[in-house]
Amino acid sequence: MTGIYLLFILMLAIFVGFEVIRKVPATLHTPLMSGANAISGITLIGALALAGSESGSWSTWLGAAAVFFATINVIGGYLVTDRMLAMFKKK
Amino acid sequence: MLSITLVINAVYVVCAALFIFGLKMMGHPSTARKGNLLSAVGMLAAIIVTLLDNAIVSYQWIFIAVCAGTLVGILAARLVAMTSMPEMVSLLNGVGGIASLLVAWASIHDAVEINQLMLLVGFLAILIGGVTFSGSVVAWAKLSERIAGRPLVFAGQKFVNLLIVTAIVVCGYLFVTQPQLDTVTYAVVGLALVFGIMLVLPIGGADMPVVISLLNSYSGLAACAAGFALQNNLLIVAGSLVGASGVILTQIMCKAMNRSLSNVLFSGFQSVVSSDMVIEGEVKPLSAEDAFYVLEAAQSVVVVPGYGMAVAQAQHALKELQDLLEENGCEVAYAIHPVAGRMPGHMNVLLAEADVSYEQLFEMDEINPRMETFDVAMVIGANDVVNPAAREMQGSPIYGMPVINADLAKNVFVFKRSMASGFAGIDNPLFFKDNSNMIFGDAKDSLNAIIRQFDDD
Repeated sequence: MTGIYLLFILMLAIFVGFEVIRKVPATLHTPLMSGANAISGITLIGALALAGSESGSWSTWLGAAAVFFATINVIGGYLVTDRMLAMFKKK
Repeated sequence: MLSITLVINAVYVVCAALFIFGLKMMGHPSTARKGNLLSAVGMLAAIIVTLLDNAIVSYQWIFIAVCAGTLVGILAARLVAMTSMPEMVSLLNGVGGIASLLVAWASIHDAVEINQLMLLVGFLAILIGGVTFSGSVVAWAKLSERIAGRPLVFAGQKFVNLLIVTAIVVCGYLFVTQPQLDTVTYAVVGLALVFGIMLVLPIGGADMPVVISLLNSYSGLAACAAGFALQNNLLIVAGSLVGASGVILTQIMCKAMNRSLSNVLFSGFQSVVSSDMVIEGEVKPLSAEDAFYVLEAAQSVVVVPGYGMAVAQAQHALKELQDLLEENGCEVAYAIHPVAGRMPGHMNVLLAEADVSYEQLFEMDEINPRMETFDVAMVIGANDVVNPAAREMQGSPIYGMPVINADLAKNVFVFKRSMASGFAGIDNPLFFKDNSNMIFGDAKDSLNAIIRQFDDD
């Protein structure tokens, strides 16, 4: 049943995503991409639990590496998006 | 009782709402920056509340990895040049992919009791994450010209690809049925990485906007699959938002090239379509001085930038010329084709960097109906996106592609390095039209030469 419940969330989120993002103008497509990319760094929260567990050392290592990469994704993504958006000015 | 799991999940709901609101505010340039901040706040809340999880017993490695990642992230975001943004976005896609791969791998390795559904989604997360990572690295290498930008194909590539796909299916089956075998996991990771490389190698530089959008969507889908493996709602929601965004961009890019996604992905394998139509005519070179006289008299000018503008870094010189023209009472507009440049919105970012107001940037469909009213169309480093053959020459490889009708303006100035054809390898009848003139040379130098004429005047 959990699988079905998760699929429900997936389906609704996809619809919301399509509706919201379709309205983004072409001029903002690059920041949209890097900003969305930062959001995909959400894997970080999955990685944190794995890197912090004391179970097998192998999965702790994998988790720590995942934390490293996901942090780059989150920090780099949001900062570079902000840097770009700061340049979009009206006259 | 207020358990910690409940608190964490309640905060996750708020975070999901913040992500959606953040993306919604991306709908307009005036609110976009706030939207990005909102989304970042959501991310921070999600991270902090996750750290409260009882499952986390040791913070040592988390601390080290977060610090290292933050440092790399800050440095990358601060130091990257605006012109290298396609490479940067591509690499960020890649790190997102590898993170999802590692999370899925670790969660499966870690799991005490595991069912086949979890193994299946874990396999998908590893596969998509691996393809995203290695594909993005190849895309980055192509964009930064560390390897050739043209489609790279070798004899028997189709056969090799078929072999890889078969191996992935077989390993996938073993992965789900016999999760205790570590070798299978290694094989899946390795195959996913090789598959990503093989997927992007045969794609040419001009098709990079599609590839980057697609990899963007994959990075979201990988996070989504990892979310299923961990049974984490927020991962699923955030991942599918990103997936949707990438799919929409991919669709827009494909539509703007009048090609299907499969055509973009696999056309490197087809022999080059050679058109037997010969375009004949004479090109008329124009000096900077003559260009200046026409521009000085012009009431309205439309600029059509392309990848060549990014290469020549001509956006600042362009803005300088724009200011001079506006002082002269001339209206200046910019016409941006969806696939101009190497990623969606590439030209807009470069022009924003040069301080051009976003209100002066027009999409193809807005500008085409009034193209006839412009005195001068300045085509800067663009070729295929202004090719009238797309409109009038049936049988041309780009026939049917929506283009900016620069040739309908009263005068057309084409800033071009030499007479080489664009990425599609086809001649552009625009260059031979009666109303068009070529200004040969580096776009930045040519623009500066015109600016000097204004200053002397």
